Amino acid sequence: MDSRPAAGVASRSPAKLPTTCAITLDLNGAATKLDVAPWTTLLDALREYLDLTGTKKGCDHGQCGACTVLVDGKRINSCLTLAIMHDGAAVTTIEGLSKEGALHPVQQAFIDHDAFQCGYCTPGQICSAVGLMREGRAKTPDEIRELMSGNICRCGAYPNILAAIQQAMKVAEGSVKP
Amino acid sequence: MNSFSYTRATDVASAVHEIATDRAAVFIAGGTNLIDLMKENVARPDRLVDITRLPLNRIEELGDGGLRLGALVTNTDTAYNEHVERRYPLLSRAILAGASPQLRNMATDGGNLLQRTRCYYFYDTATPCNKREPGTGCSAIDGFNRMHAILGTSDQCIAVHPSDMCVALAALNAVVRVTGERGDRAIPFADFHRLPGETPSVDTNLGADEIITAIDLPAKGFADHYAYLKVRDRTSYAFALVSVAAALEMDGDTITEARLALGGVAHKPWRNTDAEAMLNGVNATKDHFEAVGEAIVRDAKGFGHNTFKIVLAKRAIVRALQYATRMEPKA
Repeated sequence: MDSRPAAGVASRSPAKLPTTCAITLDLNGAATKLDVAPWTTLLDALREYLDLTGTKKGCDHGQCGACTVLVDGKRINSCLTLAIMHDGAAVTTIEGLSKEGALHPVQQAFIDHDAFQCGYCTPGQICSAVGLMREGRAKTPDEIRELMSGNICRCGAYPNILAAIQQAMKVAEGSVKP
Repeated sequence: MNSFSYTRATDVASAVHEIATDRAAVFIAGGTNLIDLMKENVARPDRLVDITRLPLNRIEELGDGGLRLGALVTNTDTAYNEHVERRYPLLSRAILAGASPQLRNMATDGGNLLQRTRCYYFYDTATPCNKREPGTGCSAIDGFNRMHAILGTSDQCIAVHPSDMCVALAALNAVVRVTGERGDRAIPFADFHRLPGETPSVDTNLGADEIITAIDLPAKGFADHYAYLKVRDRTSYAFALVSVAAALEMDGDTITEARLALGGVAHKPWRNTDAEAMLNGVNATKDHFEAVGEAIVRDAKGFGHNTFKIVLAKRAIVRALQYATRMEPKA
């Protein structure tokens, strides 16, 4: 990190560790209070303390994308960030995408195109695709592939994932009815 | 991950004071590398100082025609910034060649400079590593070293700096602005990162009480003749085996200024200004490019698994120059 040798190893000061800290998340549209330890990742906070197990823990190192959620509208790896850092932030998980019982167009497109096999990467793929569409940078199939490269699918459902995202983009443009 | 305490810094001065007075404290911003290192027990800070709410998140035009990137601007917001895309497309391309969209949405520009090597032995606390635990030895020199350095190595460490963004910043002669308890400093990019030498645990020349506040880009952006070529094991979302940032100024077919920076080959983005000068005033031909490539890898040293990088680097230099001069259409 910097020029200090092995930061934090040499002098373990007897710091008083707060066991938990109160934070509030705007979680899937609802103000949600919870107490977290400083070392609780956003992913663990969602899964272990808020019972939102739709967001998956794959590699836990930011290499697979299964933990992708939207924070203030942007897709991030929830495994590589601390919940305590997001006090006050808007967090959207796979559970928060449907509106009034209707699937989000990306969710519907994944079903229509059978864009999964085992389904473990799917919540991350879908949240990532929602973020991708908001960014508006991917137009061509190659650009979609490149900008979805942070989501690994071990079953190899990539062709159908691509087709699903293309359909969802057309729905968003209004050229195809959901 | 070890337990630790957490505080949130409200201004730069207090952030600096916090790490200057507690050597067990480290800054956290995007966290994409630090949290990973903490999960692996490579980093074990007693205290995290969250700097994400400091007012260092803007990109501003400078009076001299340059551009200032706040240290907390995300990699995504930098790569897609209108000024960066138009005037410094080399930087935009390099950033977008690294990591994934999710990581780029979190990772900050200052943090990109401070990310640590992805050497497998550095990450594996069961093995000796002079960078992680000085004096224990280097497991890579006689181990699996396919990803490792061929230039500027020492008998203590052959790790490479993993950044793409920094390769472009090196070619652009960026300046790193830092603030510490003793005041402000401006560090030329070439002097920011270090070679391993006898102290591979020290990655940079940033002081223990200093924080990066911004990265300044000089006015010259090389927007007309540039290329960022990244060679890796898969098409996307992988670290470079070799990468080349080429930035040229041309008058017709004549090169008037050439900058070349290499990634994936050394402990820091690699520049060789003597070799770059070989291109000044010459007509762009493949023969010239090969001579420059040869000059840059002349002192390169392989360690077995990574020896292929010597030829690869030379060829990547030639190809990047062909792209930058448009002798070859960009891939």
